Order: sequence, then structure tokens, then C-alpha cells
Amino acid sequence: MSSLYEQIRADFPILGKKVNGHPLTYLDSAAASLKPLPVIEAVERFYREMPANVHRGVHSLSREATAAYEGARETVRKFINAARIEEIVFTSGTTASINLAARSWAATQLRKGDEIVLSHMEHHSNIVPWKMLCEENGFILKIIPVTDAGELDMEAFHSLLGPRTKLVAVTQVSNALGTINPVEEIIAAAHAHGALALIDAAQSAPCMPIDVQALDCDFLAFSGHKLFGPTGIGVLYAKAGLLEDMPPFLGGGDMILSVSFEEICYNKPPYRFEAGTPNIAGAVGLGRAIDYVRAIGFDRIQEHEQNLLRGATAALNSLEGVRIIGTAEKKAAVISFVIDGVHPHDIGSIVDSCGVAIRAGHHCAQPLMTRFGLPATARAAFSIYNSEDDIERLAAAVHKVREIML
Amino acid sequence: MNISDELYQQTILDYNRSPRNFHKMENPTHFARGLNPLCGDDYTVYLRVNEDDMIEEVSFDGHGCAVSKASASLMTQELKGKTLDEARCLFHTFQELATGKEHSLGKLNVFSGVWKYPERVKCAVLAWHAMDSALSGKKTTSTE
Repeated sequence: MSSLYEQIRADFPILGKKVNGHPLTYLDSAAASLKPLPVIEAVERFYREMPANVHRGVHSLSREATAAYEGARETVRKFINAARIEEIVFTSGTTASINLAARSWAATQLRKGDEIVLSHMEHHSNIVPWKMLCEENGFILKIIPVTDAGELDMEAFHSLLGPRTKLVAVTQVSNALGTINPVEEIIAAAHAHGALALIDAAQSAPCMPIDVQALDCDFLAFSGHKLFGPTGIGVLYAKAGLLEDMPPFLGGGDMILSVSFEEICYNKPPYRFEAGTPNIAGAVGLGRAIDYVRAIGFDRIQEHEQNLLRGATAALNSLEGVRIIGTAEKKAAVISFVIDGVHPHDIGSIVDSCGVAIRAGHHCAQPLMTRFGLPATARAAFSIYNSEDDIERLAAAVHKVREIML
Repeated sequence: MNISDELYQQTILDYNRSPRNFHKMENPTHFARGLNPLCGDDYTVYLRVNEDDMIEEVSFDGHGCAVSKASASLMTQELKGKTLDEARCLFHTFQELATGKEHSLGKLNVFSGVWKYPERVKCAVLAWHAMDSALSGKKTTSTE
């Protein structure tokens, strides 16, 4: 049994919960991670001790709330090694972050006929905003194909780049297959063609260190809820020079310097992009979640999760009729699988009756499912709080699926 | 809770393994697609209705989970020979059964435990909704 699991298990009291009479085996962290006590306590402490608004009060509580909110921004900056704190925009999540980049940057910078390159393994949140933009403005989507192993076809990627390429937007880790993509190479190639690069880090932020300066990405988006933090909070990182020139997406309070009916003077970044009262408690919780992850360290997290990935892959491969979808050389601890003759929904319901929580469906990646000729898969995603016992419980539950259904 | 008793009764498993009337129909008078965007279940229900508003033939094709497939298959057997009014009435009663109300619907009673799995209720009623849409479409898009 892994020492990391032993060390942190007590931080996740929900692991003591019984589900359908069985101990909870939570394998749906790629949809939302569990929250450790320090995060829950940080959110509670915010509401208990400083439940005021930010950036506008002259009273003490507002000052404390502002300090906590801006402190969380600095925590995020350090976490992804951004050069400047104004490069960190708080949003409601990865989806909002990508929509912000699409609406404030792409919609104003691209022209009809310009090309946006995505991959075939993107989450709908990194497809739909761009598709909407293309339909409104006549931009063109180009799609990087995915190989049978679930890796990006890099040769095809390079051949997609051309003089009209203005943006390459790809995920660092596939939420559906676990594939880790070579984003360094992708970003460099985009830049070589004068295009910008946006990285969807929703799935990578919880499992690997991110250094936006080393990556040299232009935009990077991630969410709190997959990173052991609250729901409804996320981040858009963008290089300062880009944010400086971007018009606001949402208008309202806090994003202005002055307002009259004749003229509005917008605030500077990042505030220009944070209209209205933000999710202050969410930001505070996210900041605490990042502290929690950093205290463990990505070396230990990766070692632990790669062990679980190896063990679970072997366990599932040894079960008759089970086929793993996505066999990339470099993977995060996310395993999509199907059972011949059994629909993933039936897998999901039966393993749930054994206390095992997995995802069954298209994982908001329908084009990818279509690519593999599947309507859906079952997905087991492992995280820091999973143990080898969870692999055994998953294997036993999958065995029961076959017993009942076949 | 025992999922084999409540959700995956033998009849459902049988109909999932060998669904009845599971084929595309040539020249249906009515047909409609039933899609569950959440899980990707995707069926088309075909009906042939005669001049007396009686359902002479029903079939379906497509793909989805055991619950949706068994329900679609049992539906096709139940609807054959019924009038349109009877079919709509049965749809209504079946919806009630699938959401926890007691009814005596013969073979369809294997779905009486589905309400305990709220996220699976929509699987059980998917083909029925497609059937209802197909019949409603008659007014505006009659294929005859």
C-alpha cells in the first residue's frame, strides 16, 4: 500500500462513507476531485470570518476579504510560475476561461478565413466556444487527428499549420483517455507559424507541475474542482501583453475605472475581466488546495498515480472481455474501458452498486468517442487518495458486471 | 439493495441479449429518433399504422444500454395491435410505473424498480418518447 495514501487519507473524511453498503471507492476524480479538510475549512473560515466584498470597502472585513482573494491570486501565480500577478484572471472554471479567450481575444483579433487548430481529443469546452466563433465570424477549424493508441498524430499536426493559422488550442491531458500530449512541441510549432497557443490544463493541473514561462504558452486554463478545490472557480492565464490589449468580455462592476452615460473607462487586467462580485470563497479555497498539492509535491503525486495506473491497467487487461481505450505511451491515471457486449451505462450502475464510483458516458468528448466508433466508455480515474485496494474493488466490480450481464 | 433484483431482472437481460423487433422497417408510416445526449443512447422507432389508426407493426434499431434496449423491445411487442389512443395511454401509464407508481402492466412490470435509480429512468422511457414523437408527427409530417 502506498505511503502517500496512508498519509493523506484522513484529510478526506468522505472516504469513510458507505455507498450501497460498501466502502466508497471514488474513481471519478477526472470529473471532480474530492476535497481535503484544509480546503473545506478555508472556505468555511472565509464565510465565518470575512464574508465581505472585495476591492470596494473601506472597512476591515472588506480589507481582509480582498487580502485573501488577492493572496489566492498570488498562490495561483506561483503554482504555474507566471511572471506577473496581473496575468492571473479568476473565472468560474475552464469553460469560462476558454470562452473569455475566444470572445475577448480571438473574436477581436482574427479575420474571416483565419484558422484555429484543435485536436480530436478535446473536451467540448475546448470545441464549442471555437465552433460558435467560427460560425459567427467565418473562421475555420482544423483538427489534429488522433491515432488508434489515443495519441495526437504529430506529423499531421505539423502539416495543418499554415499562414492562416492564428491559434492552436489543445488539452495537455485528455480527460477521456488520459493521454499526456507533447504541448511543448505544439506551442513551439504554433509560434513558429506566428500563431498563439492555448493550453487546456483542466486535467493536467492536478497531476503534473506547470510552468507557463517554460512552456511559453499564450493562454492556459484550468478549474478548481478537479484540483481538490471548490466548484465554480477557475483561472485563465494569459501573457500580460495580450491581456493589456484585450477588450472586456462581460461588463459590470469592478471591471471599470469610471462610468458615465457618455464614456466608460475600463479597469486594467486582471480586473477588466472579472466583472461583478467574484467567487471569493472559491478563490480562497483554490488557493488552499494549491498549497495542499504543493506540500505533497508533484514528485510523490506522480509516483503514486503512475503506480496506480500501472496496477489498474494490468488488472483490467487481465479481465476477459475488457478493452482499454487509449493506450498512449504517456498517460495520466485515467483509464477508459469498454466490456464487449455491455453498455458503459450498465457498467456504471452495477459497479456503483458495489460502492465504486466511475464515469460512464462520452466524457464531454463526443468527437473522440466517434473517432473510436463508440457511443460511450466507462472511465476510472485515480487520484492521490486512491489505493491499491481500490484497484481490487474495481476489478471485483467489473467481474460482477460480466456475471450479471453476460 | 440488490441491483439484480431491482434493475437487471432476467427479462431485461434476455431482451438486451436478444431484442425482439430489432430492425429497421421499410416503408413505416411513422418513425422518430430518440436520443439521450447525456449517455449517447440513440434509437429510431418505426411504426406502421393502418387506416383505422391501429398499429400493425412496430420495430426499432440503434444502440444503448440494457435498460433502454429491453424497454424498447418490450414496447414494440406491447404496441402491436393497439390503437393510437391506447398506445398513448400505455405510454402515460408506463411513465408512471417507471417513476415509482404501482401499476399492473404484465411483462412491463420488470421496470417497476427503475425509479430507485433516477438517472436510469430516462433510459427506460427513451424509446417510448420516440414512439410518442413519431405518432405526434403524423399531424404535420404524415408520410402517407
